[in-house]
Amino acid sequence: MAITPERPKTTERPEPAAPKEPSPRKEKLQDKGISTVDWLDERTSLSAGTRWLLFRKIPRGTNWFYTLGSASMFAFLSQAVTGVFLAMYYDPSATRAYESVRYLTNEVFLGEFVRGMHKWGSTVMVILVFLHMARTFFFGAYKYPRELNWVIGVVLLILTLFMSFTGYLLPFDQRSYWATTVGVAINGTGPLVGPYLSDFLRAGPEFTTTTLARFYAIHMLLLPAIIAAMIGAHLYLVARLGTTAPPWIRADTSPELREDKA
Amino acid sequence: MPDDRKKKPKTTAEAKIPGAYEGETVSRRRFMTTSAHTAGGIATAAFTLPALGMAFGPVFEKHEQQWEVVGPTADFPDDTYIPRTLTISRGIGEVGKTTVYVRKYNDKLDHEAKDEYNDYVAISTRCMHLGCPVRYVEASERFICPCHGGVYDIEGTVSGGPPVRPLDRFYTRVRSGNVEVGPRYSLNSELRRFSPRDPGMPIDGVGQYVYPARPTVRKIPGT
Repeated sequence: MAITPERPKTTERPEPAAPKEPSPRKEKLQDKGISTVDWLDERTSLSAGTRWLLFRKIPRGTNWFYTLGSASMFAFLSQAVTGVFLAMYYDPSATRAYESVRYLTNEVFLGEFVRGMHKWGSTVMVILVFLHMARTFFFGAYKYPRELNWVIGVVLLILTLFMSFTGYLLPFDQRSYWATTVGVAINGTGPLVGPYLSDFLRAGPEFTTTTLARFYAIHMLLLPAIIAAMIGAHLYLVARLGTTAPPWIRADTSPELREDKA
Repeated sequence: MPDDRKKKPKTTAEAKIPGAYEGETVSRRRFMTTSAHTAGGIATAAFTLPALGMAFGPVFEKHEQQWEVVGPTADFPDDTYIPRTLTISRGIGEVGKTTVYVRKYNDKLDHEAKDEYNDYVAISTRCMHLGCPVRYVEASERFICPCHGGVYDIEGTVSGGPPVRPLDRFYTRVRSGNVEVGPRYSLNSELRRFSPRDPGMPIDGVGQYVYPARPTVRKIPGT
């Protein structure tokens, strides 16, 4: 007979202290989870990246104003997701656009709600971006070494306004048609390049169905891609450089205090 | 004077690059790097340039405006305007249409030089401030813009508000008893003809150079 290590047969008589130990089923599940994460992490080093991005040291005095950046980002994400689903119903042709928006709003289940989120969300996003910018300005967070992040932020602000401009045409009602006519004319008043810029935006001297398709493509493909890339760069610099303390937090002046803390 | 700068080695052998061949001027590594970058550049340009060309092409394409019948000559008096609908962009329904105000040329009223293209005066409703549609109010003999308060007199010249030049007009001609409306043109404050400009662009003085005519739309040469 082979010698086998003796194992206590717990299955035969259950102990009263059993709840202390996790059940074998739960343990097995946990092991599975851990091994999956380990498998991924071994191949991607994602945990190190996540730790670098999320578990950063932040300065004393960090407060609710510091959430405006994340709020802007979530506004963008909301616009992106609702936009994708609006695109499933929208038809960017001059003869069909208004009708497709009417159908989406009045007939589609939750259509009015999702469109409403996109419409009002765009305003919310512009407001949040401006508040985020004001926070950065008044807290002096644009100063060395964060100048480049300010510049990227300004580019993002301009792109956000481009989004508003191109998106405003898409419902294709009287308001959006004439607002875009006026907007393109304002673009045209730039000296020397203005007339060519208007022709570029309209794809010709007159407003045609190509104008609408062009605005749609810029609104849903070109600008979101650039904005997403820019947000990536913006976040990378935030994680790399850290955030600033609010201006009312002063550096400790007493050398003893500093030593104590160290 | 001695040359202090380092003499650039002519061959890889002179530069003491390991594995140099006799008379070789570029190392194989550098050659490979350069060719790979060039190939990448050509591949990128191959799809980027045509795409950009497509996007910017309409800026340089000539846009032809058809002549369109707006009604028999008897329809149009010489002291007030008759509104007519004109198709400026085909195949897209209502969006491609615009309103044009037509009347007969009136010697006592008009200051635009008379020629073969203005037996009938066809005034565009596009406001020259920012492009909203103006309407003709017969009681006051004025064109009035609903957006920002632009006001024009019966000839289409600015009598108040923000517009920067008189209302655009269209060439007209008479064919078999019908008035036909053709391409658009712009006017400066002396009612001289210019190639069409967009709203908001003054063409008096330096304006005509600051806001150049575009290849897409031109006035009829010699008018």
